[in-house]
Amino acid sequence: MRNNRVVITGLGVVAPNGTGVAAFNEALQQGKSAIKFHEKLKELNFRCQIGAKTNVEQSYKEKLLPDFFIGKVRNNAIINACLSGMEAWLDAGLTPNENGVDYESGIVFGAGDLSFDDAKAPNEAPTVLIDAGNNRRLGSRSISECMNSGASAYLNNILGLGNRIVSNSSACVTGSEAILVGYEHIKNGKAKRMICGSTESDGHYIWGGFDSMRVLCSDSNENPSFGSRPMSATSSGFVPGGGSGALVLESLESAQERGAKIYAEILGGEFNSGGQRNGGTMTAPNSEAIVACIKSALAEADIDPKEIDLISGHLTSTKGDPIEVQNWVTALGRSGEDFPYINTPKSMIGHSVGGAGSIELVASVLQMEHGYVHPNLNCEELHPEITRLISSDRVPTEMVSKKIDTVIKANFGFGDLNCVLVLRKWSNK
Amino acid sequence: MTREQIKDELKGIIGDYVPEKELLESLSEEHELIGDLKINSAHIVDIVLDIEDKYDIMIEDEAIGKMGTVGESIDIIFQKLDSK
Repeated sequence: MRNNRVVITGLGVVAPNGTGVAAFNEALQQGKSAIKFHEKLKELNFRCQIGAKTNVEQSYKEKLLPDFFIGKVRNNAIINACLSGMEAWLDAGLTPNENGVDYESGIVFGAGDLSFDDAKAPNEAPTVLIDAGNNRRLGSRSISECMNSGASAYLNNILGLGNRIVSNSSACVTGSEAILVGYEHIKNGKAKRMICGSTESDGHYIWGGFDSMRVLCSDSNENPSFGSRPMSATSSGFVPGGGSGALVLESLESAQERGAKIYAEILGGEFNSGGQRNGGTMTAPNSEAIVACIKSALAEADIDPKEIDLISGHLTSTKGDPIEVQNWVTALGRSGEDFPYINTPKSMIGHSVGGAGSIELVASVLQMEHGYVHPNLNCEELHPEITRLISSDRVPTEMVSKKIDTVIKANFGFGDLNCVLVLRKWSNK
Repeated sequence: MTREQIKDELKGIIGDYVPEKELLESLSEEHELIGDLKINSAHIVDIVLDIEDKYDIMIEDEAIGKMGTVGESIDIIFQKLDSK
């Protein structure tokens, strides 16, 4: 088995607070919130009437996508996946294959559930047409826009790649898992390049189920930008979002051969499950498994926990945040003033569900690339369980300009799933 | 409605499905939808649905099979409009 080093050579993103990497980078630095009140949610009797939606200009779509996608594809999660995927591919200095097939490149692109998109008019929803005995009106795109592999299938319609085309789905871990799967595939010598990412719709169909579970923030309908406050003493539930992130992963050898710009190296990663035992359930993680997952990722990366500059946490703005911080303290053996910086873009863009991991990994790479730690909004009043464990200055509320060499990133998802990745800024070593 | 008018409207309907836009500029009645215009065969059903919406007609499966070229598609549209 080969043991290739794997690097990141391209980035793309459609986040609620920034379309495209440059806008997203600026939004992160400024601490720009995209969380707004939505009248529609109020009309529909949602408890949580706030959320973060992506907002893509038509001209941006025209720049990156073929006419057919703009005129006919009606699923926003797929459109956003194709936009972030194309941006990443072009950013890596690569172009779509007009005629031939590139058998050395593949895709891992996941989603929580593509069929929850609400871009279609209610009377055009597949279930409505079928129940009305009108299935002939579904047309050719009903399946391809609902199937879980829709995002990677449409993206590859543009790119023409011939290596493995994977569509993973692991709830809120989907994004980081996509990057882990692509990393392992290249590491094992099975491909030169993998475009990895995830996407999720934003809107009432996907948000409704979470609202019903009472896991969303319902105390900030009058003050939307205060709703998402990870690690705060008053965290009251997550604010729903959506969007897509994509990264081009490549073997170091391939990247150097073609003189590509290298952002960072993926040093290691791990995926495990708490088995829905020992405190783990469908919706809550088993801490023992999380600690093991972090330790195992560090072991693969072969680094000392002391080398970590920044933790990009899962941190959803729920009562799970203090438990997550406790797990980081246990796994890294660092606490108080010795604890790394910790943040998450969720205070600005809410929780993008399946899209979260890939968007947050783009944020992680940007912070290394440009030397900063982005602010955490709304956590001036940290949770007492957290201040008991770490110094409050480890949770910056304003941007910190600082060289960031090593980031550890985690996401946790329904089904008691955990994924951890360790990234290092590229310094040609 | 003249054949030329229908042809122009059909050009608008099939536009998004034709990968090479220059083919639309010199669109003729002899052009095969799949062979010449390189429309993905899966999209013929979408074009049929768009035509049905545009002219408020219904095109049965049997008629779809006869829509090989632009001219044949215009014939079908005329037939269905006549029998409305």
